[in-house]
Amino acid sequence: MKIRVLIAKPGLDGHDRGAKVVARALRDAGMEVIYTGIRQTPEQIASAAVQEGVDFVGLSCLSGAHNHLFPKVARLLQEKGAGDVVVFAGGIIPASDVPRLKKAGIREIFPPGASTDSIADWVSRTAERLKARKKAA
Amino acid sequence: MRVIKKKLGRWERGPLKKSLSKLSERKARFETDSGIELKRLYTPLDSARKDDYLRRVGFPGEPPFTRGVQPTMYRGRLWTMRQYAGFATAEETNRRYRYLLEHGQTGLSVAFDLPTQIGYDSDHPLAQGEVGKVGVAVSTLRDAETLFKGIPLGKVSTSMTINATAPILLAMYAAVAEGQGVKTNVLQGTVQNDILKEYVARGTYIYPPKESMRLVTDVFAFCRKTMPRFNPISISGYHIREAGATAVQEVAFTLANGIAYVEAARRAGLDMDDFASRLSFFFNAHSNFLEEIAKFRAARRLWARIMCDRFKAKRPESCMLRFHAQTAGCTLTAQQPDNNVVRVAYQALAAVLGGAQSLHTNSRDEALALPTEESVRIALRTQQIIAYESGVADTIDPLAGSYSVEALTDEIEAKASAYLAKIDKMGGAVAAIEAGYMQAEIAESAYRHQLQVQNREKVVVGVNEFQAEEQPPRLLRIRADVERRQRKALAAFRRSRRAGRAKTALSRVNRAASREDNVVFAISDAVKCGATLGEISDALREVFGEHKER
Repeated sequence: MKIRVLIAKPGLDGHDRGAKVVARALRDAGMEVIYTGIRQTPEQIASAAVQEGVDFVGLSCLSGAHNHLFPKVARLLQEKGAGDVVVFAGGIIPASDVPRLKKAGIREIFPPGASTDSIADWVSRTAERLKARKKAA
Repeated sequence: MRVIKKKLGRWERGPLKKSLSKLSERKARFETDSGIELKRLYTPLDSARKDDYLRRVGFPGEPPFTRGVQPTMYRGRLWTMRQYAGFATAEETNRRYRYLLEHGQTGLSVAFDLPTQIGYDSDHPLAQGEVGKVGVAVSTLRDAETLFKGIPLGKVSTSMTINATAPILLAMYAAVAEGQGVKTNVLQGTVQNDILKEYVARGTYIYPPKESMRLVTDVFAFCRKTMPRFNPISISGYHIREAGATAVQEVAFTLANGIAYVEAARRAGLDMDDFASRLSFFFNAHSNFLEEIAKFRAARRLWARIMCDRFKAKRPESCMLRFHAQTAGCTLTAQQPDNNVVRVAYQALAAVLGGAQSLHTNSRDEALALPTEESVRIALRTQQIIAYESGVADTIDPLAGSYSVEALTDEIEAKASAYLAKIDKMGGAVAAIEAGYMQAEIAESAYRHQLQVQNREKVVVGVNEFQAEEQPPRLLRIRADVERRQRKALAAFRRSRRAGRAKTALSRVNRAASREDNVVFAISDAVKCGATLGEISDALREVFGEHKER
């Protein structure tokens, strides 16, 4: 089965070059990718993730609102019983914010300049690991 | 020419061939960022139509303005050094403006936060987490007054990056000036007011395209009447380029949008030679040095042709492409951020060699956060060093006549013209945007660039080559209590105003919008009556509806 990924732009930020490039790269890497478009609320993103039954949600934000928006998406996924969906993120995220975001349930954060290969690799490896863990359990 | 051709052949068969047999070139094909193949050597044969000098190159201050828009260019007056700035509250941003003016900046450029740009007051639920982040929060006339406190608006020129809510911020700016005792007819500056590129690349639209275009032309008419020295639009390629477009696409899509605005203004009954000379432009100063210089020259020439030939503008000023430039944010690297100082310096140099009227230089730390005061000072100093030390401002369009620059100028113009013809066939820029054409072209270029960087066909120093271990730099942090303070101030403002007056003014905005009256005059009254930015935007939302991305 193909890995299913939702790429989403939470908040009011309209810079979606990165989100679109990552969406296309993951698609080229053989994944099924849905891109939400810009200006989505955390609620809309969590609902879309549940509705589409995705394995991953990739969040992109360049406006500096990540500390507010990213944890909210993770929390809403939990509340909707989709806590097993893996959330990762990118954008203009200062290194000093990374620990707190990881604690809030964002599994990985890719800095500016991260290659799309490294993102696709990480998604595939994480998917494999989760599958193996599920089998074991 | 015949002799040159003969000698060139001899050189190619002789010394060149010999050299290549010993050492082949670094690449099989050299190309610009737009994929234009660069020849090994340009000669007079490439800008062969020498007799075309008057038609294609000409003199500065005269159509087709290839060499610049003023007869003296920087010998008369340097470009305006205008750093885009804004963050947190109006009070903090006002401090940054005074700091910049003290350090020799010559114009202001306001960055607003996203809620302000999208028509939400700071206390709106959708504003949460965004207040004061990418710019300053302005919900009320009081915020605007604080923003410009102690800055003489009759003397500085101010550029405001605001689009969907441009009529409101423009009205607030005029009201602040009046409060300072400055007549609006002396105010100088620019309001971005370029909604089309918001649908294409930047994303801060509110209303559907048709209604938005009406607001754009209402601003034209309002400025014409009350602020005749103010540019009522800055037609922007900057964000189109940042979204991934090539230099050619940047020129083509920007001018296509420009054509759409001219047509809309004419349909609204405005006289061409009344508004055309006040149209201004905004381009990106990117890394590919020669191509960028050629791009600015090509854009000027192409716009002059469009205005003179297609629209039959009578005054030469109507055919003039005046532009602001900003160095390319997307080329800044988070890795080894001090290297960005160098990138910015030569991108800025390209803008100056390309004849920019005003310039913003990015700060080294902007791939990581908003810039610190120290970083902004280096960015401003970069412009001052170019202006006062390099000597390039002392003669006009110094690269004219360079075989390669002239050839590239021709090629960019030709390729951009081909795009324009295609967009015309689609029914113009608005139709092309609604069909997603520009967006798809840009996304394609962005992806191609990403792959080239990943394959190392394109080297980005410090990112895919020449990496190094490093310590993270000190960054600017927006104080966490900005949102709370802003909401508190807004609540106090709402309590202190005469609610009935604001309400009546808002209903007049609503009425003007549904009647096709010029809505900016009604908005101007409303801000003075204490209506907030969010309330005015809502009054328009009721009439216009909201745009949804396809």
